[in-house]
Amino acid sequence: MVEAAQIWQWLSEVPDPEIPVLSLVDLGVIRAVEVMDGMVRIKVTPTYSGCPATTFINLDIEAKLRSKGIEKLQIEPQIAPPWSTDWIKPEAHEKLREYGIAPPRPGQPYCPRCGAADTELLSQFGSTPCKSHYRCTACLEPFDAFKCL
Amino acid sequence: MFEFLLRMGDNTLVLGHRVSEWCGHSPVLEEDIALANIALDLIGQTRMWLGLAGEVEGQGRDADALAFRRDAWDFRNLLIVERPNRDYGHTLMRQFLFDLWHHERLADLCLSDDDRVAGIAAKCVKEADYHLERSKDLIIRLGDGTPESHARMQDALEAIWPYTGEMFENDALDQAMFEAGISPLPGSQKPRFDAALEDTLAKATLKRPENGFARKGGRKGVHSEDLGHLLASMQFLPRAYPDARW
Repeated sequence: MVEAAQIWQWLSEVPDPEIPVLSLVDLGVIRAVEVMDGMVRIKVTPTYSGCPATTFINLDIEAKLRSKGIEKLQIEPQIAPPWSTDWIKPEAHEKLREYGIAPPRPGQPYCPRCGAADTELLSQFGSTPCKSHYRCTACLEPFDAFKCL
Repeated sequence: MFEFLLRMGDNTLVLGHRVSEWCGHSPVLEEDIALANIALDLIGQTRMWLGLAGEVEGQGRDADALAFRRDAWDFRNLLIVERPNRDYGHTLMRQFLFDLWHHERLADLCLSDDDRVAGIAAKCVKEADYHLERSKDLIIRLGDGTPESHARMQDALEAIWPYTGEMFENDALDQAMFEAGISPLPGSQKPRFDAALEDTLAKATLKRPENGFARKGGRKGVHSEDLGHLLASMQFLPRAYPDARW
């Protein structure tokens, strides 16, 4: 019989559809994994209510677990408590930076390229609902920053 | 309870659709992206409110059925959200007045005795927070901008102002929701709304209209002609091809 720890391990191999350097576990959207009488129950929380990736996240979870031979699977949404950027794993912050996205922090983000603190907001909304668009005033490169939520 | 949830979900659905009409037409790329994102948030919020409404109703209707298979008289949204986009100033002013109200409303509902309502509100208020931050900022920039932008924002404020009165109306349904511990009375928000409005309008150098006339009816299903046109385009596809999947 499959253990919950094994399911968590498999889910940590499923990339986020929009930011593939992060796994769904890194992102903090998997809220619970329960295994009972051979039935796997997974609770998933949406990041932003309007995020179009939510549907794909569920599909990707299902595809991964089916490929591992899980037959009885239930994926349930859980909205409370609401997702927060604080749930992004600390080790994932480094992955985001390397990918060119400033990880969430209260106040101005640091430039993910040169590390400067002198950055300015260009647009509150970036290429996906979770990001804002900034420019570094030191190296002049524009970049995406994760919105704090 | 069903009707109360429709009032919440229909607001975000109709405004979400209106805002999405700008997609591909905004004055600059950043604004296009911002409006599309706000529309997505609002429609995502709709899915939660109408999803719960369908559950509470217990007739097997889900969020899609409620969004696409009801007619104008069954909608319970405020009239302000069905106002046409007109120019960018009108769109932003409508958004600002709505966000100001919506943010406070959701903050109040976070304390609801009904866990499902409180849960949805807690999710939505975080988004309403950055919607309001953005619309406040733009109202100040454009109000306190060039003579042209100032005049347009003042015009927009005069035109949309009569639609704010309906936000603070307390009717029998509100009273019942209040007594059940589900929601505070909408009218109790008015002083907070006024104080926040005063603050932003002062920074934007805009003048609050004297006119106290309020247009009402949306929350009871009495709508303007504009809602019918909006629903015609929004509902066409799912009505012409019922249960289509792709």
